[in-house]
Amino acid sequence: MSTMRAQIPVQSAARRPLLARRRLDSERVISWVLFLMALSALSGLAVITAFIFKEGIPIIAKVGLRRFIFSSHWYPLEGEFGILPMIVGSLMVTAGAMVIGMVFGLGCAILLTQYCPPRMVSIIKPAIELLAGIPSVVYGFIGVAILVPFIRDYLGGPGLSVLASSIVLGVMMLPTITSISVDALRAVPKSYIEGSIALGATEWQTTHMVVLKAARSGIVAAVILGMGRAVGETMAVIMVAGNTLELPHSILDPVRTLTSNIALEMGYAAGDHRKALFATGVVLFVIIMVLNTIALRVSRRRSKVKVLAK
Amino acid sequence: MTQVMEQIVQSVPQPAGPVPAKMVVEDFSASFGEMQVLKRVNLQIMPCERLAIIGPASSGKTTLMRSLNRLNDMEPQFSREGRIQLDGHDIYHPQTDVPALRRRVGMVYAVPTPLPWSIYENITYGPRLAGVTSRQRLDALVESSLRASFLWDEVKDRLDMPGTDLSGGQQQRLCLSRVLALEPEVLLLDEPCSGLDPISTARIEEAMVELKRKYSIVLVTNNTKQAARASDRTAFFLMGELIECGPTVELFTNPKHQRTSDYITGHFG
Repeated sequence: MSTMRAQIPVQSAARRPLLARRRLDSERVISWVLFLMALSALSGLAVITAFIFKEGIPIIAKVGLRRFIFSSHWYPLEGEFGILPMIVGSLMVTAGAMVIGMVFGLGCAILLTQYCPPRMVSIIKPAIELLAGIPSVVYGFIGVAILVPFIRDYLGGPGLSVLASSIVLGVMMLPTITSISVDALRAVPKSYIEGSIALGATEWQTTHMVVLKAARSGIVAAVILGMGRAVGETMAVIMVAGNTLELPHSILDPVRTLTSNIALEMGYAAGDHRKALFATGVVLFVIIMVLNTIALRVSRRRSKVKVLAK
Repeated sequence: MTQVMEQIVQSVPQPAGPVPAKMVVEDFSASFGEMQVLKRVNLQIMPCERLAIIGPASSGKTTLMRSLNRLNDMEPQFSREGRIQLDGHDIYHPQTDVPALRRRVGMVYAVPTPLPWSIYENITYGPRLAGVTSRQRLDALVESSLRASFLWDEVKDRLDMPGTDLSGGQQQRLCLSRVLALEPEVLLLDEPCSGLDPISTARIEEAMVELKRKYSIVLVTNNTKQAARASDRTAFFLMGELIECGPTVELFTNPKHQRTSDYITGHFG
């Protein structure tokens, strides 16, 4: 080895310290660039938050928080800003989507982790994850073209409804719920499963008495993350929800969600009306923050339990 | 080869008189994918005996155990030939009630595997699956099975504490109690003492002496000394083949095969 080095011309020995210094400089530059990039993401969050609150809070203060949230009169041109129907609409649509997404997503996850041969998993799992890549406007289109007429013909009502939005959003949530639940179910120690099987449990008994119990917090986190997506989704919902300003009385009634309200009216709103739309954004922001915090709490509790188990 | 086979068959003691074997392994071979791990094994497990299975790593001991209660069915690569009978019934018959088989042939793993619940729930899980619902009956089962594994006195006041909070030795005895609560007929112990201190090991061996009055016990162990002191018969496996099986005293003092004697005296493995 040393003889090899000796054969390298003197020239390179002279160059070596120079190279080293240059590398150090580039390291420093890279770390600064990365730092600035990280900062820009953070400042993006800060700017958005500050802007929404700055624009939205004054109108909430002017109308009064209680009237803004609990009044169901939304007549922006007459200065009436009550967003209760939209809050209810968002919550109903989200709850419906959650039920659908959870039942089917968890079903998929259980099938993929407990019952499927590996080769089938390698086909089904990517296919479900592909759902996440379909643009939401396409979901909305399919909803309008197929789902809405179906509901109108067989269940009654205008078709554009809470139910239609819930189904569309539920399908959109599937990839999120499925892939996170799969991770949670796979994290259940194999010894739990073997122990249960060896005690005479069938596969299904093991799944619902041992595996689901052990993975519960991960599954809850999956559902809440999916819910975050459902609350925020706009385009698909606008297309199938009907967007009326009435309080919905059944799942077959049309509704308007918070996000749809902003998207539909921002184009022509001015003055207080525009500010009220920002205030709608504030409410949406708070709802999503609350959901995210719950998700974080729950997943953190899971890791604590794991440490205890060890 | 056939000569060796004959010798092996001869070395299996035939049931003495009217006592039929509890479990009979007949020409049993097992493979995972292309790899054959058990080669035409013939073995009998008698009622009320402690049968030790010894042999170096990858000799097929654990695979044999896991075949006795069909736990290997969970491995997608697993395939087998030959038969295993429990009280004269082929356990691999397509109509076998596998969960019921696993209740009759209970298993304790090398690593303690309590479920993440309380001691009480760990023990009552199996009986509840089997359809026992009476609280009184469950309580009685918890006490009797904890007593049988010498754990009762240590945990009787804290049955609601998580099983995972017990020490390693206690966890292993909890797993033993959990199996005993099923009131099985055969107990499979797969290196139950491999991670335990000498005192916990002694406790488990002590329990085995009591347990063999009611159960057939199959003990897989890497510890030849344990096989020598805690079994009635010993079977020696090597590379998936049963080399020799006989009364423990005989096998350890006067082994018939060179390879057996090499192993028990520590020349390899």
